[in-house]
Amino acid sequence: MNAKSDVIIIGGGLMGLSTALHLGRRGIKAVVLEKASPGRHASGVNAGGLRQLNRHIAEIPLTVAAAEIWKNIRELVDDDCDVVLNGQVRVAESDAQLQKLQARVDAVKAQGYQHEQIIDSETLYRLVPRLVGGCVGALYNPDDGSARPFHAATAFRHKAIALGAEIRSGVEVLAIEESNDGWKLDTNQGVFSAANVVNCAGAWANCFAAMLGESVPLTPKAPTLMVTERLPPFLDLTVGAEGYQLSFKQMQNGTVIIGGAHLAKLDFEREQSVIDFATLKTSAQTVTRFFPHMAQVRIVRSWAGIEGFMPDNIPVIGKSAKAAGIFHAFGFSAHGFQLSPIVGRILSELILDGKTDLPIEPFDIRRFNESES
Amino acid sequence: MPVFRRLEEADIRWVEIQIDGQTTQAREGDSVAAALLAAGLRSCRTSPISGAPRAPFCMMGVCYECLVEVDGIPNRQSCQITVQEGMQIRRQIGTAKGYR
Amino acid sequence: MERHELIVIGGGPSGLAAATTAANAGIECLLIDEQANPGGQIYRAVGTIPEQRASLLGPDYNYGRKLVDQFNQSSASYLPGTTLWNLNSQREIGILRDGQASLISADRIIIATGAMERPVPFPGWTLPGVMSAGAGQILLKSSGLVPAQGVVLAGVGPLLLLLAWQYLHAGVKIHAILDMSPSGNIWRALPHLPGALLAHHYILKGLRYQMQLKMAGVKFFSGVTEFHAVGGDLLEAVEFTHRGGRKRIDTHLLLSHFGVIPDSHLSRCAGCDHTWDANQLCWRPVADKWGNSSVDGIAIVGDGSGIGGAVAARHAGRIAGFEAARALGRMDEKQRDDAAREDQGWMRDDLRVRPFLEARFHPPAELLSAPPDETVVCRCEEINAGAIRTAIHAGHKDANQVKFLTRCGMGPCQGRQCDNAVSQIVARELGDKKMISGGYRIRPPIRPLTIEQLAALDEGADPK
Repeated sequence: MNAKSDVIIIGGGLMGLSTALHLGRRGIKAVVLEKASPGRHASGVNAGGLRQLNRHIAEIPLTVAAAEIWKNIRELVDDDCDVVLNGQVRVAESDAQLQKLQARVDAVKAQGYQHEQIIDSETLYRLVPRLVGGCVGALYNPDDGSARPFHAATAFRHKAIALGAEIRSGVEVLAIEESNDGWKLDTNQGVFSAANVVNCAGAWANCFAAMLGESVPLTPKAPTLMVTERLPPFLDLTVGAEGYQLSFKQMQNGTVIIGGAHLAKLDFEREQSVIDFATLKTSAQTVTRFFPHMAQVRIVRSWAGIEGFMPDNIPVIGKSAKAAGIFHAFGFSAHGFQLSPIVGRILSELILDGKTDLPIEPFDIRRFNESES
Repeated sequence: MPVFRRLEEADIRWVEIQIDGQTTQAREGDSVAAALLAAGLRSCRTSPISGAPRAPFCMMGVCYECLVEVDGIPNRQSCQITVQEGMQIRRQIGTAKGYR
Repeated sequence: MERHELIVIGGGPSGLAAATTAANAGIECLLIDEQANPGGQIYRAVGTIPEQRASLLGPDYNYGRKLVDQFNQSSASYLPGTTLWNLNSQREIGILRDGQASLISADRIIIATGAMERPVPFPGWTLPGVMSAGAGQILLKSSGLVPAQGVVLAGVGPLLLLLAWQYLHAGVKIHAILDMSPSGNIWRALPHLPGALLAHHYILKGLRYQMQLKMAGVKFFSGVTEFHAVGGDLLEAVEFTHRGGRKRIDTHLLLSHFGVIPDSHLSRCAGCDHTWDANQLCWRPVADKWGNSSVDGIAIVGDGSGIGGAVAARHAGRIAGFEAARALGRMDEKQRDDAAREDQGWMRDDLRVRPFLEARFHPPAELLSAPPDETVVCRCEEINAGAIRTAIHAGHKDANQVKFLTRCGMGPCQGRQCDNAVSQIVARELGDKKMISGGYRIRPPIRPLTIEQLAALDEGADPK
């Protein structure tokens, strides 16, 4: 086949679907090429954290803008994506840790943002009554929360389709070349061409960037999540801890999702991850440290999603440095879920207006060239 | 009236267990699920989703319908646990209200 | 990490035979079993059962004693009462014993986890009072429990007749036996009869059971369709269509059975390739004639690699034991071939009856892939067939996507009870005759593990 469109998006994860959706809102029908099925990897199986708390300073303008969209996500995708906004805390066990978190709040405030605050231990135990005794306080954002990622990916997909996007599953991009009126993509399902191409290929994004001669130091990794049996409700907030790899929350169905970027062993070529229980042992110890009542709770499943990590743990977002009409959004380093609605908007603006109001300079792909020279 | 009865066999050795606080006898070597059925119980828990009663189904550890509380620990597969003298077994009833 | 030359998983006929054979060839071998005593499901409790009850179960059952004796006399070590919660492609095994979780590994692994009954969702199958026929047999074997107020046996497969025959001898009232195999099965089975006659004892046994049951006045209904278990909170009756009319039989106990399928949870967790078996209507691991799976060093034998019954399983176990001896350097290829030849011959003969049995007891396709919308398919999460179809038609084109969206297969049984049905519903709705859409990906722990047990995991770190 030989199909022509205005915009081709490589990758049917949340970033790609969100970009297709935002383009659709402005009357542009994008084609999304997904090599497996939409939301198959990190987008569909992540922890669903809607976290502004403790992000890289460069991401703050984006995360705050994204939070506004999540608050009224139904207006964007006609579905609530099971969003729950009960707050997130990052617990401190010592005064030294709390001081570090206070310095963080001061730095954020200096940028003009008010969404992070320090709470004392009394407030903390009111919010998280089952937390182990002895914690001195926490970093807190009452507006954070979570959503169900596969539901979100599904809702974004349905809305993108309703606005005219076409989602093609099982299409793998093999090569790209410039043509008279844009770009020609050679795939296992024929040739696709478009004036603009967006690289939202997640852990596989570097393969595509390399085809354009702008390869980046992206590392595919597979962070693990565990889920427990259903428990009576005991926790409304998402809990992290300073100095520990912990992300801990109870879903509305009663199950508890335990994350914290503990890595599985990844066979990237075969797209298979092997859960590393010796590593998850540490995760289980962290859980029993902060929530001793969880000791006899059963873990019923663990899984890992394949995600692209950058050396500085912030993504690449923006125009290609090498080729006109090429755009990138990848390398979210396991915290892209919350950003997805705003990243789609930014890309649609870059494609249609040539610019965006949000500060994306820190995410420029050229930052890696400069460090090399 | 119980749905199951025991075959009359010689040399049966009994152990005493408690089901929902009531003392009863089980046969040595019985699984907890078998002991519950032999004691005439027709269901062992309610579904945490709808609250509908459930009972052991497969007896070989694959269906997870026979979950009960054993010696204070909930959600144990009663078909996979052998009765012990003095074992405290509780049916898991009414948990549905606890979930949102 | 504690390391063994060979670990055999499962203490049924194939596992016992594999471990015995390998140990006799000089291999250091550990057999891990979930049960407290060797025998598996088929020879369950064979070492501990009272004589009186054993005679009720028949001579086939008692053959198991010989297998157990041979295993006990071998040098293989034995870890009973051990739950296995993980196996990965690097041959690392997670076990749980007396509350202690540990990781162990082996140069070679033989999976002999056998079969499970095919879960088939029908209206009312979650009611207390509905159990599987296999459950009925386990209660008889392990605890000497039989139905007190009568029983209805329903479904497809030889186990229904065997159990009915055993119940008859135990003085149990059998209200009725409902055969749901499609009437065309007899004709589809006939071409396979010549092969089956070479293993005629199976067929004669079945006919004998049926005759004795009929003579004792047990009612048979064949060609039964639209089968429902009905009741409020508990089973009260079964209702079904027979010869064009709707019938009802009051009963407090229904034992249903739809044949057996490989228990593939472990081999799928380990990453072994599986394929859809259109004759047996189940996923089965891809394995060569020595039992080797697609994963290096992992073999799968017995009913876990495709249903062949206890006798074939025993031979397959021995064959895999010889192959383990070759792989671990105790035999060369010729020695292995010579050693295994006799078992291969016996196994071939025994398996001749299978095509006939598979055709005769082929469950009706409608029953498996087209349950009514209101039928609960995922018992744990209470997801009905209608919700699954809605998810499929909203663009979720494989079992895993349906699982992500609806939570079917995410409850405590981890998809064991709904995987087979959901894969078939998806394939039917999509017109995917070859089942390319696949089954659930199986994630560890495949048996629930507590956070405390994981936190105290003994990973046996090598002292360096």
